[in-house]
Amino acid sequence: MSEQPPVALRGLTKQYGRITAVDDVSLTVNEGDVFGYLGPNGAGKTTSLRMMLGLITPTAGEARVFGHDPQKSVDALADVAGFVEAPRFYPYLDGMTNLRLVAALDGNEAKTRIDEALDVVELTGRAGDKVGGYSHGMRQRLGIAAALIRRPKLLLLDEPATGLDPGGMRDMRALIARLSAEGMTVMLSSHLLAEVEELCNRVAIVRSGRIVYEGELEELRATAGLTIRLRTSDDEVALRVLSDRRGISDVTRHGAAPIQFRAADEAAIGELSRALADSGALIFELAPSAATLEDLFFELTEGEGDAQAEEKRLDELSDLTGGAQ
Amino acid sequence: MSRPGTLTVYRWELRKLRAQKRTYLGLGAAVLVPIVFSVAVAIQPGEPADVPFGRYINDTGLAFPLVTLLFGSIWFYPLIAALVSGDIVANEDNNGTLKTILTRSVERSQVFFGKVMAAFSYSILAIILSGVVATIAGIIVSGFNPIPTLSGTLETPEQGLLLVAGSLAVYLMPILAISSFALLLSTVFRNSAAAVVGTLMFSLLLQLVVIIPGLDGLQPYLLSTQFNSWQGLLRTPADWDPIIRAAWVCAAYAIPSLAVALTVFLRRDVAGG
Repeated sequence: MSEQPPVALRGLTKQYGRITAVDDVSLTVNEGDVFGYLGPNGAGKTTSLRMMLGLITPTAGEARVFGHDPQKSVDALADVAGFVEAPRFYPYLDGMTNLRLVAALDGNEAKTRIDEALDVVELTGRAGDKVGGYSHGMRQRLGIAAALIRRPKLLLLDEPATGLDPGGMRDMRALIARLSAEGMTVMLSSHLLAEVEELCNRVAIVRSGRIVYEGELEELRATAGLTIRLRTSDDEVALRVLSDRRGISDVTRHGAAPIQFRAADEAAIGELSRALADSGALIFELAPSAATLEDLFFELTEGEGDAQAEEKRLDELSDLTGGAQ
Repeated sequence: MSRPGTLTVYRWELRKLRAQKRTYLGLGAAVLVPIVFSVAVAIQPGEPADVPFGRYINDTGLAFPLVTLLFGSIWFYPLIAALVSGDIVANEDNNGTLKTILTRSVERSQVFFGKVMAAFSYSILAIILSGVVATIAGIIVSGFNPIPTLSGTLETPEQGLLLVAGSLAVYLMPILAISSFALLLSTVFRNSAAAVVGTLMFSLLLQLVVIIPGLDGLQPYLLSTQFNSWQGLLRTPADWDPIIRAAWVCAAYAIPSLAVALTVFLRRDVAGG
């Protein structure tokens, strides 16, 4: 069983009418990975996770967990646990009874792990309270406990830190790091770059339902190489100088942030500094800067005119799926 | 590891029902209505003479559960059945918990059948509870006396009690058909209120269909008619024809409802919550 990768998506596609929520996604999560499924809201991350858990049927392609098809039987999920969007429980039952319920649906063994799981997520003291009175963070932790009692080899988490306060976020990340260190494979979706940078060794970046990058986080950083930051007295003039200049490429500028570009070599930078001086734009800063994941993320997930299209797509998807993407 | 299945789901559905207020609302009404009826009879000497057994309520307590069944069939018992059956699937949508239970180790079909069993159990309990309370309250008010059948013969109180029990059992057939229809609406609408109201409207519409000229021939095949089939037991000798017809007519309503509900439940995308 372990010869098969924990997650293998091949050409996975989900359409709602004319909207394509997930578009031909292929990726592999290997054993031991902490895999970040990264993208802006509405990019199709949750829909992909739902297909991995057998909750929704792909329009095309396939999702396999440990080589099994979760669409055919829940047996495919024997080594899998997790949650999509916020974990949900019966508000009129207490935390302990909710866990006993899901444990009963897992089989007898799971029941014996409830106390330990509650201890791990530090909910032992509140286990007797009705879930209806739990805070968002407590429900999130109860969701992790419900996943842990299955003793999974693969943990699928959808935006696990969303809605948590800074302390809750830190605890959640520490828990994920610990579970990973104990040998669990984790796949987590996130739009929080810091979370992915801190936890994940591999990432897939998704944009409008499509994978735009899949690989090692380190490779991704290396791919971007060194970029140059430029601040001048007149950025508009500077941008004109930069455009179509030999040895200069990938010129970007986000709001008031410094202009960034890639230079083919030092000579190109030298030529540029002279051209800028001639143009009248005074140079305040012209320095190499290591690309952050955030830069890469924006580079990969944003295109010209995309913001409006993405917003529209998000609204349409929300209408079609009742709020879930 | 023992494998969880339909029975596991059923046990936990019952546990969930025990923790929900609407369960007690339905069961409470099922108990309260016959009590209120009995108190009214005890205070006022009149009798509902225009319904079968109505004129006997001052003679024997055994007439009370039968009159309650007659009055309850229009909307009261269907509403009680729909309260839980119309909610049992939609409630999961409302709470967003379908994803919680469908990603464990039970198949969707097992979850569905566990819910059907729980909804049926509740409906059966409500009818039996109501019948038992009506019988006890009736006996307190009018005594444990012989009951006349619809053929005019007099049955001993003991025999009458058995006939009441049999009538309740026959009455369960249309009640379970109503439960099945409510389960269908609960699965399709994913909204408790729509499923409960829809079931009640369906039940009332069936009562009205026969008013339309030319459609009175449909009467033997309407679900509403089957609510009176138990009266076959109260004839001498017992008339089994309406009871046998009720069995297959109710099955003809229940089985397709459950089959469509199951198909929808198995195929649906769980996208919300």
